[in-house]
Amino acid sequence: MKLKPARMLSEVLTHLFKKPATSGYPFEKARVTARFRGRIDFDSGKCIGCQMCVRVCPSKAIEIPLSEEQFAAPPVQQGQPAVPAKKQFDCIMKLGSCVYCWQCAETCPKHALITTQDFELAQIDPSKLVRHYK
Amino acid sequence: MSKITIPLGPQHPALKEPENFMLVLEGEQIENATINLGYNHRGMEKAAEERTFIQNMYLLERVCGICSHSHTTCYVTNVEEAAKAEVPERALAIRVLVGELERVHSHLLWLGVAAYEIGFETLFMYTWRDREQVLDCLELLSGNRVHYSINTIGGVRRDITPEQKNEVLKRINFLEERTKYYIKVATEEPTVRARAANVGKLPYEVALERGAVGPTARASGVKRDVRKDAPYLLYDKLDFNLITHDSCDVFGRVVVRALELMESYKLIKQVLNYLPEGPLTVKVPPRIAPAEVVNLYEAPRGEDIHYLKTNGTDKPERLKVRAPTLANLQSVTYMLEGGWLADVPLVIAAIDPCMSCTDRAMVYDRKTDKTQVYDWEDLRRLGIEAYKRKGVDFSKF
Ligand code: SF4
Ligand code: SF4
Repeated sequence: MKLKPARMLSEVLTHLFKKPATSGYPFEKARVTARFRGRIDFDSGKCIGCQMCVRVCPSKAIEIPLSEEQFAAPPVQQGQPAVPAKKQFDCIMKLGSCVYCWQCAETCPKHALITTQDFELAQIDPSKLVRHYK
Repeated sequence: MSKITIPLGPQHPALKEPENFMLVLEGEQIENATINLGYNHRGMEKAAEERTFIQNMYLLERVCGICSHSHTTCYVTNVEEAAKAEVPERALAIRVLVGELERVHSHLLWLGVAAYEIGFETLFMYTWRDREQVLDCLELLSGNRVHYSINTIGGVRRDITPEQKNEVLKRINFLEERTKYYIKVATEEPTVRARAANVGKLPYEVALERGAVGPTARASGVKRDVRKDAPYLLYDKLDFNLITHDSCDVFGRVVVRALELMESYKLIKQVLNYLPEGPLTVKVPPRIAPAEVVNLYEAPRGEDIHYLKTNGTDKPERLKVRAPTLANLQSVTYMLEGGWLADVPLVIAAIDPCMSCTDRAMVYDRKTDKTQVYDWEDLRRLGIEAYKRKGVDFSKF
């Protein structure tokens, strides 16, 4: 095969007139695509406490405990059996363990886990990585 | 001249991951090389036995950061085979697409690393800049640049829209032009030729004898590619060439990978234009009846093997991963012996090693503070003894 020295020269010279390929993050906002998997948010009103998300999570990053505050049962209607109050659940999310696979959100039968595209989640204080959603 | 033995690694600027090479030198020339593994063991196979099949998807994705799709596809094919599930063709096509995009990103990454080891940093910068295009494609389709998580048991998690198809095609066309240029650079630039030709020789017979796989084998003229030899997914329906080179050295490995990039672009375009209509997943029950399955997958580095044994529960009884680097390490010692000390980083980099995928186990005795390496005979003996305790006698075989 024929050898051509300085094959790169013209290419290198054209790069003198090109914009840098790197972006100016953090001064410039970084873009993510519409399908990017970020932090999981929680809607307590929808959760029924079935614990499916806890069982399916590969990194044990999510816990669904019973909330401290519970609503009182609705007043008993005449002639109707008493209806118990809907139980309230919290969500404890360990952002440091989560691998952002969204498997929990896909498994949740009530769509109580809300997917977001937050990715700037780094913390200096590790305790802040555990979020308690109520 | 007296011989000296020097350790290269486990911590060494030329190595990206901890592994150790004991080199016996006579002057500058390597007389003997031994590889010691075990610095990166993560206990993944054992961890997999403690997790459900769906959780293992995300665990096995992390066997390797570069070929994450290879490992999950191989694993998920095993699970589906054990559960006797028929995966829809659209899902298979999307798996092929992501698999080929992954090959492109891995080969471009390797081209950059090789250029860097050669000392050709301009090429390194260019290839890595262009690699961003394929990483963007992957993020667009799957949601992530590295751990795509596109597979799920019974199919794939995300569909491809027509806009995404056009976007991917646009970027692939751009990369095709760039790759044509890199092929010219790699084959015509005297620097690359001078540094890589006749370095790390692995003749055809030795490559066969030592069981080399992937681009390492193909650069020694061995026609070996799982996509051709035992087609999986949709590869038997797609048209692509098996690239080989007969220079048997690092230069050949550069050329094979660069030309394979062109084949991958071809495959990506075929799949994007094929994409059969249909559902993305089939339902697979969480508990899988007892079965034993083995599957192969052509990862960017070579043949990847997964073994799975199920026992009727929702967790595997045993899972075994044989990463391609392990198969190629036998050839590395051959390539190093007789070569020069200064070539070592280049020769090691030329198989595109991925040590953390490869590492399996090392025995450390806390009482005596000793580490121990078992050879094949020891493992066989220990295995027979362990089964004897369970009431099965294998010693007759
Ligand atoms: S995104 Fe994945 S790792 Fe994170 S909490 Fe959900 S299931 Fe667990
Ligand atoms: S978040 Fe969803 S899956 Fe988790 S406990 Fe609540 S309802 Fe069940």
